[in-house]
Amino acid sequence: MQLIEMDGVGIKRQGRWLIQNVTLSVKAGEIVTLIGPNGAGKSTTAKTALGVLKADAGKIKRKPNLKVGYVPQKLAVDWTMPLTVRRLMSLTAKPSKIEIDRVLEKTGISHLIDSNVQQLSGGEYQRALLARAILRSPDLLVLDEPVQGVDYSGEIALYNLILKIREELNCGILLISHDLHVVMAQTDTVVCLNGHVCCSGAPEHVAASDAYKQLFGDAASQSLAIYHHHHDHSHKADGTIVPSKGDSGDCCNHG
Amino acid sequence: MDDFILRAMLAGIGLALVSGPLGCFVVWRRMAYFGDTMSHSALLGVALAFLLNINLMVGVLGVTVTVSLCLLILQKRGSLSTDALLGLLSHSALALGMVLIAFMSSVRFDLLSLLFGDILAVGNEDVIAIYVCAAVILGLMYFLWRPLLASTVNRELAEAEGFNPDLTQLVFMVMMAAIIAIAMKIVGVLLITALLIIPAATARWFARTPEQMAIASSIIGVASVILGLEGSLQFDSASGPSIVVASLCLFLLSLFASRLINGVLGKERGQ
Repeated sequence: MQLIEMDGVGIKRQGRWLIQNVTLSVKAGEIVTLIGPNGAGKSTTAKTALGVLKADAGKIKRKPNLKVGYVPQKLAVDWTMPLTVRRLMSLTAKPSKIEIDRVLEKTGISHLIDSNVQQLSGGEYQRALLARAILRSPDLLVLDEPVQGVDYSGEIALYNLILKIREELNCGILLISHDLHVVMAQTDTVVCLNGHVCCSGAPEHVAASDAYKQLFGDAASQSLAIYHHHHDHSHKADGTIVPSKGDSGDCCNHG
Repeated sequence: MDDFILRAMLAGIGLALVSGPLGCFVVWRRMAYFGDTMSHSALLGVALAFLLNINLMVGVLGVTVTVSLCLLILQKRGSLSTDALLGLLSHSALALGMVLIAFMSSVRFDLLSLLFGDILAVGNEDVIAIYVCAAVILGLMYFLWRPLLASTVNRELAEAEGFNPDLTQLVFMVMMAAIIAIAMKIVGVLLITALLIIPAATARWFARTPEQMAIASSIIGVASVILGLEGSLQFDSASGPSIVVASLCLFLLSLFASRLINGVLGKERGQ
């Protein structure tokens, strides 16, 4: 059963298409990773999938009563609002004390339960946000750059945590990474976005490059893989599409 | 205690109970200037109420709700920044109100009491209106607390996880309009926002959760009203400024107190 299916979806703001002709779907237990440069429309795509933005073109099908957990890209809690980690957990739901304890333990921040969220480090805060999102045992987890502000070793730990969550909850995960190259090996589908879907498919489809293993070491390449693909086109500075020679299997062709 | 003082006290306490939690949201959502805009436009509401011969509170409520809806619509069109829009609406409504008042030479206005509050003007029916309004607003806040708080923290997150931030924002704006309508006689049009913000800011020092802050803010607001009205009687000063000065004193006091407490705690930790 597909949790969500986007078919040819476009979002238009002030006469400009932020995203256009985006087609993707997320199944239960599947991790779909959106990658692409800044301004490619990754967050816009995620928000459209969530229904926060209404599509101006295309169709979106959601499983009825789809329960969503969301970690937004920017969630800065104003310092004027006193908010502890414990209170953050019950922001949109009413979890029991035991449920809160369990989820904090799972994400490894039990000791921070009474800390103010404004005082957490980048990694601790991302873990808290992740804990909050999975507390509702969602069908679909949407994570918009969940490793921002986290150092490299923390990044791997967080990605492993996300994998563990996927196994335990069997939820679909729509993951956004701003890093074009670093994508989890366990990602099922990679969608490369640049205003439209440039390329999508299983990461095994595209070979892991030696440059990455050299850069991060063999250990890291166990949990990380690169998504190396050849575009059948390139983008000019203004976003116009320039076709290039050579073609790769599941990439789209622009007329 | 004289009747009018008792009425003013009762009215003020009812007002402070609501302005506490509502003020917290004004602070969290950074809507202080929005509150100013709505309360300044209340003057236009007063003028219209006299012109159309309707209840003062109804007139004020009508205009403040209209102004906030205008703001929402103009914001959606996105041609001007929010602060420019607020300035435009705030001062236009204030000026329109003043011009309208000037046209009505037959009615005598006590402009100062409109601007700064007048406890002598608080009648029995005002006290009843305030408590009815307060009960409705507090009830709404109780039922809408979670969606209100969630959409304050992050609008998109609230919407993604099943709330309706547009609706909560609308309800919030109507609640703001209502509190301005009932606060006008006690603190006056110019100072309503202070009663929303200063107690909330004071409560921030002591609160660990949003709920604690809301309740503490109510208590501090009630204390400000009692102290302020006492002072107003003592020094024959206008009620609005007296209440605001009292709340400012409490704020400064709490500032020192929290410094002191933190200092002591810091020392203990150091040992």
